[in-house]
Amino acid sequence: MSDEYDNNKSYQAQSSEVMDGSTGSVNPDIDYVRPSEVGEQELYHPHSFIEKWVFCQDAKVIGVQYFLTAVFTGVVGLILSWLMRLQLGFPELAGFMTAEHYYQFVTMHGMIMVVYFLTALFLGGFGNYLIPLMVGARDMVFPYVNMLSFWMFFVAVAVLMASFFVPGGPTGAGWTLYPPQTILEGTPGAGMGILLMLISLSLFVIGFTMGGLNYMITILQARTRGMTLMRMPLTVWGIFTATVLAMLAFPALLVSAIMMTLDKVLQTSFFMPTILKAGEVLEYGGGSPILFQHLFWFFGHPEVYIVALPAFGIVSDLISVHARKNIFGYRMMVWAIVGIGALSFFVWAHHMYVSGMNPWFGFFFATTTLIIAVPTAMKVYNWILTLWRGNIRINVVMLWCLGFIVTFVNGGITGIFLGNVSVDVPLSDTYFVIAHFHMVMGIAPLMVIMGAVYHWFPLVAGKMLDEGLGKWHFWITFLGAYSIYFPMHYLGFIGVPRRYFEMYDSPYMTSAVGMNEFISIAAFIVGAAQFILIFNIIKTLKTGKKAEQNPWKANSLEWYTSTVPPEHGNFGDRLPVVHRWPYDFSVPGAKEDYIPQTTAPSEVIHTEVEKT
Amino acid sequence: MHAGIIFLLVIVGSVLFHIFTPWYWTDIASNWKGMDDTITLTFWVGGGVFVAVCLFMIYCVFRYQHKEDRRAEYKPEDKKLEKILTWATTLGVAALLAPGLIIWNQYVNVPKNAIEVDVMAWQWGWQYRLPGKDGKLGTTQVRNIADNNPFGINPDDPFGKDDIMVESDVINLENNRPVKILLRSVDVLHNWYVPQFRAKMDAVPGTVTFYWFEPNKVGEYEVLCAEYCGVGHYAMRGGVEVQDKADYEAWLGEQETFEQLSARYEKLNVDGNKLAKK
Repeated sequence: MSDEYDNNKSYQAQSSEVMDGSTGSVNPDIDYVRPSEVGEQELYHPHSFIEKWVFCQDAKVIGVQYFLTAVFTGVVGLILSWLMRLQLGFPELAGFMTAEHYYQFVTMHGMIMVVYFLTALFLGGFGNYLIPLMVGARDMVFPYVNMLSFWMFFVAVAVLMASFFVPGGPTGAGWTLYPPQTILEGTPGAGMGILLMLISLSLFVIGFTMGGLNYMITILQARTRGMTLMRMPLTVWGIFTATVLAMLAFPALLVSAIMMTLDKVLQTSFFMPTILKAGEVLEYGGGSPILFQHLFWFFGHPEVYIVALPAFGIVSDLISVHARKNIFGYRMMVWAIVGIGALSFFVWAHHMYVSGMNPWFGFFFATTTLIIAVPTAMKVYNWILTLWRGNIRINVVMLWCLGFIVTFVNGGITGIFLGNVSVDVPLSDTYFVIAHFHMVMGIAPLMVIMGAVYHWFPLVAGKMLDEGLGKWHFWITFLGAYSIYFPMHYLGFIGVPRRYFEMYDSPYMTSAVGMNEFISIAAFIVGAAQFILIFNIIKTLKTGKKAEQNPWKANSLEWYTSTVPPEHGNFGDRLPVVHRWPYDFSVPGAKEDYIPQTTAPSEVIHTEVEKT
Repeated sequence: MHAGIIFLLVIVGSVLFHIFTPWYWTDIASNWKGMDDTITLTFWVGGGVFVAVCLFMIYCVFRYQHKEDRRAEYKPEDKKLEKILTWATTLGVAALLAPGLIIWNQYVNVPKNAIEVDVMAWQWGWQYRLPGKDGKLGTTQVRNIADNNPFGINPDDPFGKDDIMVESDVINLENNRPVKILLRSVDVLHNWYVPQFRAKMDAVPGTVTFYWFEPNKVGEYEVLCAEYCGVGHYAMRGGVEVQDKADYEAWLGEQETFEQLSARYEKLNVDGNKLAKK
């Protein structure tokens, strides 16, 4: 290790410690970096196979564990979506499927994809792997708690999956779990299924809190010397802000899950009014179904940004690296992330315009919702302005980024329809909503995940994924997904309601049949195309080209580890010292078109770098 | 290079799809044309932004493809440009929000001459109640619901006596007369939705919600439940028949009042008791 270590440029940058004048340097003053205030973290190194790969405390292994578990749930969610599309497009082929099954698939697909797939993947997966590496830490600050976090998530997934096998099957209440139907006869899985769902969600929140504390405190307290907040990669900013949101939003979910469990098990009436069912008045009375919706969306809307903000951050970094240009308007990008995060707590009831809440709320929530469009639009402008006058590599990573921009802008603009209260009235609860949120928080973040996988795979596995297969994977996924969701908006205009097992004979919906068949076929193809990635990964691990260190010529610290893939402890004997932001690409006067964060000013004395 | 061309085709295809789509609004049959107009406006503004952003992106892909001997521009910030973009976006968003709020204001303020219709939902069906001669609906309670009181009207409420019971999933409405839909549910959430009227609102057990519209086209329409309500959700249909004044009043005259219904049941009871005594 020592050879590689000595030759590595980042460690030469340690010469910045020369403020006490111990070694020679061109100009010690401009290289000054404040000494660190705390000592080095002591790491617990694994002693056995189980400690290394199962109950592991290394954030990178935990990140991969989170990633693989989340991908497993994602594949389950994908198969469920195939079954749904089979029923919607070709009901004659789906004779085995009852309405109960259909609603169970809808529910599990939604909950899995939003919580167990996207949230876990971005924060648990990318967060764990990238945070310590990007801020220059040896590991998360509480490695043991971090390990518990993953295993709690694992148990939550196991409980969720178990609900497929209990009497009555999993809950079919819709992923929003609106009471009273959620816990009453008449909804599939209203017995064991919903209980397991509520328990699983509670476990998820507990596990996630353990991880989230780690992400936040590591970013706030364990950054290496010179890594000021305004020098952090936007990936870290995105994950950090999302984690803060999650810490504030998930308690609302936990509370509503606990209260609903009590309503179910002990017949309390938090959310249950007087109910007449099958001619009998039930034991409930006085509760408020709308209260649940407020709690749920107080969690549910920030949840959208818990998924979106890490995607925003990651895609900013990918675009910058592959366009060989600094991210345009970094400070604006940071404040937009923080601003969107803060605003996301004031918009929740835009999911409830037609819920029967006091209609005067509509004015307030429509206004806050459309305000959030401004910082979001700024981010979009800055991404495309980063491309402008760049030196853009059109590789697989960049293709996913471009796909993200198209789908995100498309989905963002349909969000302006739905956020604008009176426009929402005809469109809410129709296929327009489904098309909107899949485009903006399904496909767009997925594009970023895929780009990130192709971008960081060389770091994680030390090998380069196949570009040819990657291009097939991208084009089939992008074109297919776009042709699923773009036309789907128009079904919403017709007025086709969501969550319909079948349309029966509504006269104005017959024209939707052809489109439903088309959408289903596209969905089968897009789903199948994801196996190209799995094949690519297996092929690459077996026979792939070995990756050189820092193959993309990026600046951020994760590419300047002592070994590739990085070992436990990440940075060898000495932590890197940071002198600049991670976006010094194509700096006039510099020899290369990139200057790593660890390069001291004195090493690039003739460049026209802006101070960061 | 081919990447840029495919992206360009996607954008052009999207615009063409929008222009030539056979799938669009079901013809409107109520006063809420303003909602359609706001959507059209949003389409123009939003669609314009979408096309502009994507075309700019595609231009960059063509124009700034990677060349080894070229360097990207180094310009971390451009305060002026960022300021212009922020204000332009804010203005655009405000221009879309304003009509949205104006129409919402109309939506939540019901005209004084609107006729009230009590829409009662359950798993899985609908029934309707109209005010009688006094023009007022009687108050109700879920616990009062019984065979002889299908709407749960409070028996002591004088306004309830002449209420008109429509124990059918089809309701008739008078053309060109505003209707205030009062929604309630006896079990779970539902939503009384007619795509042609555009308007909707959830029915929530434990409370009464409302919305209004003015039908303006004679004809028959299908009612769909638009809030997931359990396994029969997709089959929870109903109907509306919009009629001219004369037809409507003829229909209204044939309906039973609460008083008549109670009397009918009382007679049944008395007859039943007589039978039992014999």
